[in-house]
Amino acid sequence: MGIFESILLTIATAATPLLIAAIGELVVERSGVLNLGVEGMMVMGAVCGFAGASLAGSPWIGLLAGVAAGAVFSQLFAVLTLSIATNQVATGLSLTLLGLGLSGMIGEPFVGEAGEKLPSLFIPGLSELPLVGRLVFGQDPIFYLSVILALVTAWFLFRTRAGLTLRSIGDNPASAHALGIAVIRYRYLAVLFGGACAGLAGAHLSLVYTPQWVENMTAGRGWIALALVVFASWRPARVAAGAYLFGGVTIGQLHAQALGFGIPSQLLSALPYLATVVVLVMMSRNKRLMMVNTPASLGRPFVPER
Amino acid sequence: MGKGEGVAAEGVFAYATLLSVSKLTKLFGSFAACDGIDLDIRPGEIHALLGENGAGKSTLVKMLFGVLAPTSGSIVWNGEPVRIASPAAARKLGIGMVFQHFSLFEALTVAENIALSLDEKLPLARIAERASELSQAYGLPLDPHAHVADLSVGERQRIEIVRALLQNPQLIILDEPTSVLTPQEADRLFETLFKLRSEGRSVLYISHRLEEVQRICDRATVLRHGKVTGACDPRQETPASLARMMVGAEVAHVSAAGTTTRGDVLLEARHLSAAARTPFAVSLKEICLKVRAGEVLAIAGVAGNGQGELFDALSGEYPVQAEETVQIRGKAVGREGINARRLMGAGFVPEERHGHAAVSVLPLSDNLVLARYWSDRKAFLSGPLGIIRSGAVRMAARRICDVMDVRKSGDDPAAGSLSGGNLQKFIVGRELDRQPAVLVVNQPTWGVDAGAASRIRQALVDLAKAGSAVLVISQDLDEIFEVATEIAVISEGRLSDAYPAGALTREKIGLLMGGLQGKTEATDAH
Repeated sequence: MGIFESILLTIATAATPLLIAAIGELVVERSGVLNLGVEGMMVMGAVCGFAGASLAGSPWIGLLAGVAAGAVFSQLFAVLTLSIATNQVATGLSLTLLGLGLSGMIGEPFVGEAGEKLPSLFIPGLSELPLVGRLVFGQDPIFYLSVILALVTAWFLFRTRAGLTLRSIGDNPASAHALGIAVIRYRYLAVLFGGACAGLAGAHLSLVYTPQWVENMTAGRGWIALALVVFASWRPARVAAGAYLFGGVTIGQLHAQALGFGIPSQLLSALPYLATVVVLVMMSRNKRLMMVNTPASLGRPFVPER
Repeated sequence: MGKGEGVAAEGVFAYATLLSVSKLTKLFGSFAACDGIDLDIRPGEIHALLGENGAGKSTLVKMLFGVLAPTSGSIVWNGEPVRIASPAAARKLGIGMVFQHFSLFEALTVAENIALSLDEKLPLARIAERASELSQAYGLPLDPHAHVADLSVGERQRIEIVRALLQNPQLIILDEPTSVLTPQEADRLFETLFKLRSEGRSVLYISHRLEEVQRICDRATVLRHGKVTGACDPRQETPASLARMMVGAEVAHVSAAGTTTRGDVLLEARHLSAAARTPFAVSLKEICLKVRAGEVLAIAGVAGNGQGELFDALSGEYPVQAEETVQIRGKAVGREGINARRLMGAGFVPEERHGHAAVSVLPLSDNLVLARYWSDRKAFLSGPLGIIRSGAVRMAARRICDVMDVRKSGDDPAAGSLSGGNLQKFIVGRELDRQPAVLVVNQPTWGVDAGAASRIRQALVDLAKAGSAVLVISQDLDEIFEVATEIAVISEGRLSDAYPAGALTREKIGLLMGGLQGKTEATDAH
């Protein structure tokens, strides 16, 4: 395996959790809900994923446990913000803080334990093809899931009736309610989907990226996912581009640090964040496009009039 | 529309009434927004629902469309008692609704907006096709692929109407449809309504514009304070008798008699020019005006001819380059901001109530402080830190509400919870409370009901009689003739000379609006 190929492989692995978490949050925000708890749901997914895998002895069970943890955790947010109409920003921040604390507690017995990595796909023949073999046919299963997730989400949002309804709720929940759309139910489902995605992204970290449990192992990836959604102007293709850009620069700067160009390592470490923000800001310069894609009701609680 | 003919043939006419509402009541807490309403709508009629803002019209139609659940009372549709639990249920029965504040999604296209309100699931392309067919048939041209954000108000309303028509309704409810339309757009809407009536459909037409109702409606039901106060044939009534049913008392006639042009000049513009700030704005060109103590100068003009820009320049919201072009009480203030001008005894009331004159989510008392914290610092703030004296503020807010007869729920409600007329009374009252020597008002009674409008106009005239200089910018000629001592006309950013109100006819004003300046060569005469 050449160095080039291995770099591309690590880029995909670095980008996958961001892509999954960001796609989930994109759906949530398209419904007009701002869930700042991505980081918390992600870290819960990571710890429960690892714990599940360790206790059941199967990384597959762990994967399911991670998804379930994110989904269940997100419903705490949903009940507070949707049924009781609390402030979404404050509730989301609390969710993150709670998730970070709770995961540390749950993960206590698992610190230092070596985990089992989710097996990568291997198709005899195809996976051994030069150059593209490992890249296309030899990745971990979550990578394929993330690609499918992004494609299906884009199709759902822009090609289906339910996706149109979801977007309309994000634009104007009062009007949607007046048309007889069950705003709160849609938002619950969107938050649930976002939570499941964040959980999956977290499980990817503890089962594929670095198969072990370390406290705070999400290391701000939830926040990056949140930023990606905004800078990608709430469009799935751009979210994917942003996630891979971030992954690419992350891996690239690691290699640059190893080679030692005499650039301060702190600067290089900051590079992925900087590059992603700059590129996405440039992409979102089209004001009209931004206006059409921004969920106008984002972050505003909605209580149906009865 | 083959299906439409079918509806008529299948026997809408089998019943003498299409919709019959009896004793319908809606309570919000202990407040009865609708109190035992009876209403009958016959097939093939345009039925007016008249009433002032806050009379309960919107609450009533929301119950008919299933947005609100009635507290008590019954609804009979085509002879069958029904419970309308949701808008979808209302649409299934054959009730369509065009909302006053459009329920459109700006980020979506016309076709997507229409698709959302259809209960059957059709592909978007098919919906776009049907929508353009229908919009052609009813003379409502629409591009199904345009984004709503790019459309004018008139076009947006067309979407709502087409959206309602796609359901093939027997009853279409229109909530204040012309309040956002130009006269020409309104005429086009009326033709569409006549066509609907000729197909045997019924229209429930909500309005407080009396001339309109008399022109197009077959019957009218009048509401006041949540109760029915009259059911009549509007064409047999006079505007005065309809207004009496709506307001519950004679609408006081306002007259500018007693104002005078002999006082000192308190507000003056001298060759005031200002460049347009945005591509859609109008530049002001050499505007000269004088407003004297004791007079009301009214500026007439069609919307978008520089009224907003003139207000901005006079109020100091956007100061102008040349200090001497705006004079308040003989002092040049062109470069001063709004608070400096307020300190000199001037008061200003802008056009938009929400977001400009008032912050909708804040209570009235906070809105009072926001407007006057600087000009009445001593009264409302204490100490060098400027702590708000809430007791004094609340008392002042209460005083303003009493003087202007502002109807509200609760002691200090959010500005946004007041009806348009009541909020406008508060906003005008907030300035009048200071007894300003100079008052500049832009569109003082836009979208305000007859009772409130009359009250506001009288207050403006009274202020002038008490010795202040009042400048009223308005598109409403009735209003202008009621309040004006002198009238000038603004057209494309230029202002005509001012004429005594008695010397001007509507025709002359019409000519001036059209840009025939009638301006004497010697502008120096000012």
